[in-house]
Amino acid sequence: MLIKLTGGKVYDPANGVDGEVRDIFIENGRIVSPEPTAKVDHEYALHGRVIMAGGIDPHSHIGGGKMTIARMMLPEDHIGNEVARTELTRAGVGHAVPSTMTTGYRYAEMGYTAAFEPAMLPANARQAHMEMADTSIIDKGAFVMLGSDDFFLRQLAAKADFSAIKDYIAWTMHAAQAIAVKVVNPGGISAFKFNQRKLDLDEKHTYYGVTPRDIIVNLARGLNELGVVHPLHVHGCNLGVPGGYETTLATIKGAEGLPIHLTHIQFHSYGTEGDRKFSSAAAQIAEAVNANKNVSCDVGQVMFGQTCTASGDSMRQFVNTRSADPKKWVVMDIECDAGCGVVPFKYRDKSFVNALQWAIGLELFLLVNDPWRLFLTTDHPNGGPFTWYPHLIRLLMDKNFRRDMMQKINQDALQYSTLGSLDREYSLYEIAIMTRAGPAKSLGLVDRGHLGVGAWADITVYDDNPDREAMFTTPELLFKNGELIVRNGKIVKVVNGGTHVARPNYDPGIERSLKRYFEDFHTVRMDNFRLSDDEIINGGRGSLIIQPTRARAA
Amino acid sequence: MEPEKSSNGANHYQNVACPFCGILCDDLEIGPSGSGLKVLKNGCVKSVAGFERPLVEPKPQVDGKDVSLDEAIAEAARLIRESRLPAFGGLGTDVDGVRAVIALAEKGGGVVDHALSDAQYRNFRVLQSSGWVLTTLTEARNRADLFIIAGSDVHKLHPRFFERIVCNEASMFSDNPPKRTVVFLGEGLDQSAVTGKERIGEIVTLPVKSERIAEVLDAMRALNKGATIPGDDIGGLPRAAVDDLLARCKAASYGVVVWAPPSLGFPSADLTVQAISEFVKDINLTSRFAGLALGGNEGAVSAGAVCGWQSGFPLRVSFASGKPDYDAERYAISRLLYAKETDLLLWIASFSPDLTPPDTDVPMILLGTPSVKPARTPKVYIPVGTPGVDHAGVMVRVDNVVSLPLRKLRQSNLPSAASVLEKIEAAL
Repeated sequence: MLIKLTGGKVYDPANGVDGEVRDIFIENGRIVSPEPTAKVDHEYALHGRVIMAGGIDPHSHIGGGKMTIARMMLPEDHIGNEVARTELTRAGVGHAVPSTMTTGYRYAEMGYTAAFEPAMLPANARQAHMEMADTSIIDKGAFVMLGSDDFFLRQLAAKADFSAIKDYIAWTMHAAQAIAVKVVNPGGISAFKFNQRKLDLDEKHTYYGVTPRDIIVNLARGLNELGVVHPLHVHGCNLGVPGGYETTLATIKGAEGLPIHLTHIQFHSYGTEGDRKFSSAAAQIAEAVNANKNVSCDVGQVMFGQTCTASGDSMRQFVNTRSADPKKWVVMDIECDAGCGVVPFKYRDKSFVNALQWAIGLELFLLVNDPWRLFLTTDHPNGGPFTWYPHLIRLLMDKNFRRDMMQKINQDALQYSTLGSLDREYSLYEIAIMTRAGPAKSLGLVDRGHLGVGAWADITVYDDNPDREAMFTTPELLFKNGELIVRNGKIVKVVNGGTHVARPNYDPGIERSLKRYFEDFHTVRMDNFRLSDDEIINGGRGSLIIQPTRARAA
Repeated sequence: MEPEKSSNGANHYQNVACPFCGILCDDLEIGPSGSGLKVLKNGCVKSVAGFERPLVEPKPQVDGKDVSLDEAIAEAARLIRESRLPAFGGLGTDVDGVRAVIALAEKGGGVVDHALSDAQYRNFRVLQSSGWVLTTLTEARNRADLFIIAGSDVHKLHPRFFERIVCNEASMFSDNPPKRTVVFLGEGLDQSAVTGKERIGEIVTLPVKSERIAEVLDAMRALNKGATIPGDDIGGLPRAAVDDLLARCKAASYGVVVWAPPSLGFPSADLTVQAISEFVKDINLTSRFAGLALGGNEGAVSAGAVCGWQSGFPLRVSFASGKPDYDAERYAISRLLYAKETDLLLWIASFSPDLTPPDTDVPMILLGTPSVKPARTPKVYIPVGTPGVDHAGVMVRVDNVVSLPLRKLRQSNLPSAASVLEKIEAAL
């Protein structure tokens, strides 16, 4: 069937298309360029509408044990936020930590077609993928966590041959069905198990004698040489610490030109100026990001209201438990592999600290000048639920709206931020980069995130409403692989999304030492640790989308 | 090892995961034996009973009379359709079985709850009110130097826990790992699994009544904060013993308190779990300590997890209004049956014969392994296979982190609970 989308204004930054009126044709799930004589089976007249590729969220905690801990811990997040079953859609709940199917519906209703779970522990990968399989409609993918797992730390401490380290990274990506690798508080999650309470970039892990800098450089170099497209996804040391910006600057410098992605950089941009010893260092961070083309980042914008923080960073989250709201929390040491901390949190607009966090995030958006290297996230649900994105987009596109919002927050906080002096307004083209083309390019998603011929027809159609929050809240149409899924913000068809993975080469010889390691120390055998393709496909309920990697270097 | 064929189509398998308790040991070796299976290595009383149960393949029944599977499914669908509030209980099944039963409960407007929820709720209530610091099996196995077994007969629930997690000789962090101290805090706890073991240094027995464990933990928490507690007796233990235990906790490099909620069968036992958890939190202000909750047999952990991620709530959810409605008291299936608020029970028990359905005059649809013997003839009986024996599957382990793949080990015509439930849903 040939579908024609006629007369819309197309924003397709991957192909340099900036609001041109163009027709788009869809056939067999992809965007095509039909013969002029081809018969159009269905036409959508979209004059005056805005057309973008489906949104891609490169960092959103949607699946895995810590999310289900959060869901089970917070009935108050769900009560009053129940969603009834319909003929098409399943029942569900939730505000900050929605149930799985509801998560998928909300993303689709917001014009998104993919979201990536950024903190999948290898030991918990099977459950993370089961939860993502139950996340309706959207495509998924996950970044597997390394850097506090004992196998890697043992390799590093023993100064193992670098090719073996690379083999292990690649093996883990295969075993956990991951598309990328994340490091969280490098070495710090393990150090916390040894009762270390902080671990600076050049501070030694008491048992292994390695530093976060060693860990970051080895993983970043390893991924680069393995040809994995998405660079090492770095949740740095000292998250949320006043003065932590210095660690962030040192981390950028320490990458030595290797590609790295600094995630939820807002939480890593805090200075120590002023009476409260808490200030914005967004300007310094943005300057460093602008100057270092090897660095990309996402913001992790804070939004006011109730949420729940869920992180692999057990060391920092244990400190954050003091601010838990409501006063309950979970911290776990996990499987000689990783950890987690789940701490509910309420960001208050009248709080000095929370207001400044909000301002710092916006400053970063407005001061980093290349949207291809800066992605729009709230680090769902850590800074706030992803359903805030339309509001956040309006804050970025509409300086008057932003000023109005600034009036409502703690005014002292604004004195420690440059936000008030920033007039920049994002264009639709830049929004399309930050929410589609940029993440797709960074993650190495072939044929996604753009609207050129050959691309998968993941397409969002918006009313060109000057109220950008309203516009991005309720797209008129959403197509997933060419099928109409959402009309006027309501789901009209439910499909199962696929799972993006990347598969760098490794020498299977690494399994000899892994097999012994699992048998000697673990409670799971190597063969059972590894997820098979069949588990993802699960009788046709899921599917694998294998993204290419570059050739492995050595 | 090459698989060897046998008359019943069973092969020789290594690294088999065992679904018969919450620990999900996955190092079993299982081979064919006559017409059945035999646990060749790393078995325990539960796994031997489970895997070596002979295969029988009875027909489905309606009112005690043999019928085809299709007829049984049609009758089950009719009963659910006509029910005012169907209760979907037992839930002894794997992840796909829980997925299927939640989908069916949504469509049929019913309640979901697991047979062992009373025990699980001793933990869930603490998670929902104050939280905890927990560890997992591999972490405890390698790291702990002090284990406190709190009021729980762990050896009975998990026959290989001590062997695998406490008495293991190898540790990741030392070629010559230090000996461990094991404290049994409770009365009549089976210590046989640690007695005389090379890795165990000291065994400390503190015979306190289960109901008074919370007093001991609360007192230690207060003492740790510098409070003065009067008297020579704390929770029925000599004060010196409690002081000594606190000193051990503070000196441990990584202490682990183990409890199994099914063992804490007294009123308001959640407050004991909370006392343990709050004590562990406090010790963590200066040194490292963690809780390790066990139990979770009969698929209870998988049921809680899947219900948690799909509905947002850990079981005891009603879908009668179309929306998930959560009430941990109201939607306990035992209470719904007692109060006759449900008029139909669908019971799933695909692991052990112990998960017998409640003796009730409410009409019942039973999806059970053939070894389950109900007290009354169910309205509809559909024999189902056991995940990890008769069909493949996945289950979530008791620490709620690891999940394990289960394999089909023998040729069997018994359908999975998931496939039966999906067919009932399609027929609604």
